[in-house]
Amino acid sequence: MSEAPDAPATEPVLAVDSLKKQFGGITAVEDVSFDIQPGSLTGLIGPNGAGKSTTFNCISGTLAPTSGSVHFQGAEITDAPPHVVAEHGLFRTFQIARELEEMTVLENLLLAPPDQRGESLVHAVTPGLRQRVKEQERELLERAWELLERFELDHLAREYAGSLSGGQRKLLELARALMAEPSMVLLDEPLAGVNPTLETQLLEALHELREEGYTFLLVEHDMNVIMNHCDPIIVMHQGSILTVGTADDIRSNERVIEAYLGGDQ
Amino acid sequence: MGMNITHDTIAVRVRERPTELIVGLITTLFLADLLLKLQGTTVLLFDTHILGGSIGLSELFTYVLDGLIVGIAVGLAGIGLSMTYSILNFANFAHGEYLTSGAFVGFSTAAVIAGGSGIVDRMLLQSNPGLELLSTPIALTAGLIMAAISTIGLALLLDRLVYKPMRDAEGISLLIASIGVALLVRYSIAFIWQTGRYGVTGSATKVTILNLVTLTTHELTLLVLGVMSMIGVAIMLEFTKLGTAMRAMADNESLARVSGIPVEQVTRLTWIVGGGLTGIAGYLFVLESGTIAFNFGWINLLLIFSAVILGGIGSVYGAMVGGVLIGLVDKLAQVWIPSDLTRAAVFVVLIAVLIVRPTGLFGGVKTA
Amino acid sequence: MSTSDFRSRLTGLPDALYVFGLMAGLYAVFTGLTVLLNFELSGIVNTLRAITYFSAVYAMVVLALNLHWGYTGLFNLGVAGFMAVGVYTMAIVSGPTNPGPAEIPGLGMNLWVGVVAGVVMAALVGVLASLPALRLEADYLAIVTLALSEIIRLVLNSTLLQEVTVGGATFGTGGATGLTVQNNPQTPVTAFFQSGPGSALTDVAMGIGIDRPTVVEGIGYAIVLVVIVGLLFVFIRRIATSPFGRVLKAIREDQVVASALGKDTRQFKIIIFGVGCGLMGLAGILWYGSDGYINPLSFRPNITFYVFVALIIGGAGSNTGSIIGGSIFASVLFYLPQFLEQNSTPVLDGIQSVLGGSTATPQTIIDAGGALAGLDLTAFLAYCFANISSLRFIGVGLILIYLMQRRPDGLFGHRIETAASIPLTRGDTNE
Repeated sequence: MSEAPDAPATEPVLAVDSLKKQFGGITAVEDVSFDIQPGSLTGLIGPNGAGKSTTFNCISGTLAPTSGSVHFQGAEITDAPPHVVAEHGLFRTFQIARELEEMTVLENLLLAPPDQRGESLVHAVTPGLRQRVKEQERELLERAWELLERFELDHLAREYAGSLSGGQRKLLELARALMAEPSMVLLDEPLAGVNPTLETQLLEALHELREEGYTFLLVEHDMNVIMNHCDPIIVMHQGSILTVGTADDIRSNERVIEAYLGGDQ
Repeated sequence: MGMNITHDTIAVRVRERPTELIVGLITTLFLADLLLKLQGTTVLLFDTHILGGSIGLSELFTYVLDGLIVGIAVGLAGIGLSMTYSILNFANFAHGEYLTSGAFVGFSTAAVIAGGSGIVDRMLLQSNPGLELLSTPIALTAGLIMAAISTIGLALLLDRLVYKPMRDAEGISLLIASIGVALLVRYSIAFIWQTGRYGVTGSATKVTILNLVTLTTHELTLLVLGVMSMIGVAIMLEFTKLGTAMRAMADNESLARVSGIPVEQVTRLTWIVGGGLTGIAGYLFVLESGTIAFNFGWINLLLIFSAVILGGIGSVYGAMVGGVLIGLVDKLAQVWIPSDLTRAAVFVVLIAVLIVRPTGLFGGVKTA
Repeated sequence: MSTSDFRSRLTGLPDALYVFGLMAGLYAVFTGLTVLLNFELSGIVNTLRAITYFSAVYAMVVLALNLHWGYTGLFNLGVAGFMAVGVYTMAIVSGPTNPGPAEIPGLGMNLWVGVVAGVVMAALVGVLASLPALRLEADYLAIVTLALSEIIRLVLNSTLLQEVTVGGATFGTGGATGLTVQNNPQTPVTAFFQSGPGSALTDVAMGIGIDRPTVVEGIGYAIVLVVIVGLLFVFIRRIATSPFGRVLKAIREDQVVASALGKDTRQFKIIIFGVGCGLMGLAGILWYGSDGYINPLSFRPNITFYVFVALIIGGAGSNTGSIIGGSIFASVLFYLPQFLEQNSTPVLDGIQSVLGGSTATPQTIIDAGGALAGLDLTAFLAYCFANISSLRFIGVGLILIYLMQRRPDGLFGHRIETAASIPLTRGDTNE
């Protein structure tokens, strides 16, 4: 069991224990264990094929792990389907931003919040109950506009999400996850294909949000981003965890250097 | 990467075993019942007829034989559908019309060559040309060839006009367009040949093989040509460059494209091979049944889909085996249910296969 | 004016205007046609009644299908089957227990019980079918639903359930001969105009020259249908402009994202499949039930394709488009050919008076081709009129291909019809 180095007193928000995933005869991930502390911006890094995405998908319910367990805020979510994982307050973004293209930016945001009254068909169509749906929608709408302003997407609010640029889509995806007021967000390569200006904006936003109490787990290909912004950092290699530590620990770890330089592309 | 397996697939896997068990149990039950029926035993439980009854061996034998014959025709018709489904990535709802058009052109040709008065009537099949293998062999052979050639022509024309401009579209858009093609072709045939059902064959000579099976020459033709065509396709797919290219495209089109396979050319060849086989299948279908109508291909489309899906999309062997199994279900179901419901039984099997084992018996390539 | 100009102009108008404008246009065209053909007033009115009736029933089914295909991306090719379940259930439940000789008895319940039972049964069959089928991808779902629709038709057609006795009650589907629907949605409307308060209206109509009571009753029924379409539109718009509808759209766009955002997509799909199928059952009742006679032949898959074409013309995803597409399809592609066929003699006479030639119908395509080669256009057209139902399908096929190639969004599918219950403006800030 790998502990975060600064031995925290609080309960971990996410606890992954002895996770294993096989595809046919191939083991993609084995014996992966780590804890995520609330309010942290944890980085998950590793070369191609290290098992980052598989780990990520096992946590978010997209894949069912072969063995091992995942607990979120004390509740077991090991084999839970994605929508149940999300209901627990653990949201994810996608590596290739998956916008709901023929829905507007605002619709994308309004989709995310859980427990919407109007998601019940009866509420949606019954006159009296519909008033209460509208009340809730007004509150959500206000929040949606705030987030759009924060991410400077407000001028695109009524455009189809499909018309946004790659970087804007990443912002939208983060904003969409935040609409749900999640306890934690899993970010799958949020900076891939994002131009430097937007990248800075996105990273600033992440730090701000972290200070506001959000927890993030960031999977990233780009070593520099992780090194400069994440703490702690989990390094994966060939399906297992190589080490966990601060940026300085990682920088001085010979096995990490070896893994990155050692032929694994 | 390719690891983004959805939760649905996992659910399918989790449930796979119990459902297979149920399917096995049901099949066993039917077989046991059939054996009891053959023996003439009836099993009663609280005075209710549970299993058994009676059925003659010769009756059962007739069902099996009919099932095999229909099955070979369905299997042959399914190969073309299976190829386009796996290689061009869409369920072609116009496939039945390829059968119909091949049969109409083929039999019109054969009727004209068979000779006699009233060429227009013959061409439009208004009078029964009484075609028969032993008395009009040349006309029937020419008809078969024309059925293949005309269907290839139609398939290439429709590909050029309808599907080629939509190469990048999703499978479902192509599917909808193919419904349009089906309506267009089916009712163009109706516009030309009218909507009647026409007899085209004379009474066929019966042949007894090894004192065991008696078949008409038409049934025999269907069996022999059907099996030969299937073997031919199997050899082509296994041993030729085209076959390799087709399998590569069925597996992963973009990969095939980057590895230098001339995708557009393979597509055209797929239509040629698939279209030719389908035209022949339509022709043999009609030869065996003796009558032709503008909608026979459409009526049999779901039967053919059933065979292809049961066998596994993209698998030629699957189409063959699937065809025979579907043919057997279609005929053997008469043991248990009224004959006007056997088609419904086939569709129940189709739905069951899609739910229990969507990849089919031979684990074909799943498309969009 | 190019199509895109036309479409951008369309976008500016309130939706009701399109529908009224379209219907006014259709009425004008058909009035012109009937006047040209020297129809009496009651014939003209009856023609307008017919296009209203067909537009309304098509609009209903298309709206229901739009919930499946337009909103949720569920490719349901079982429309005909679900309509059949609705109308057959209604016919059996509210059929009289002691009908005339050689007729199949029903369960003898009230008409409205039958209607509700029909809708519920169609919804139920839809839900049951959806449980396994919704796991499948789009093309497989299409094949499964088409197969299901054929199973339903074959069972209705079979002798198996032609007439059965269960627990003392005798009823049945009538098999291939079909079923007389004595007690159907048209019945109360007819009663209203014959002996109820509406009889005064009938007298007025007779006074101004609409001399057939059935025409008046038919108009009454068409008006009832239009009102029902209106209610259905409001109902479906409420679904569409709600968080529920938002999830449906998300499922259509990307199911994986919808479930990653905590939506139980399976549950939403089952509910909407049931609701849509129930509405298809209702449409089946109001459409086929009102004919007074039902038969399995009416529920072949062609009718499903008709409804799909109507939806694609209007634009999948748009409710206004659904009504427009339904009306255009019903009037122009469905009813007009039938109308021309019924009036082929005067129409051909009219053509002959302009073009000359012969109105004798050529017996074969070769003769018709010969006539065309001999520049006898009238004779060729006579052949076309005799085969107009085939030509109609050819036209439908061509339109479908054209739309999929060039205008997959149809007339209204490109519009943004926002899925939210309130206008999405910013309350407190500028703009």
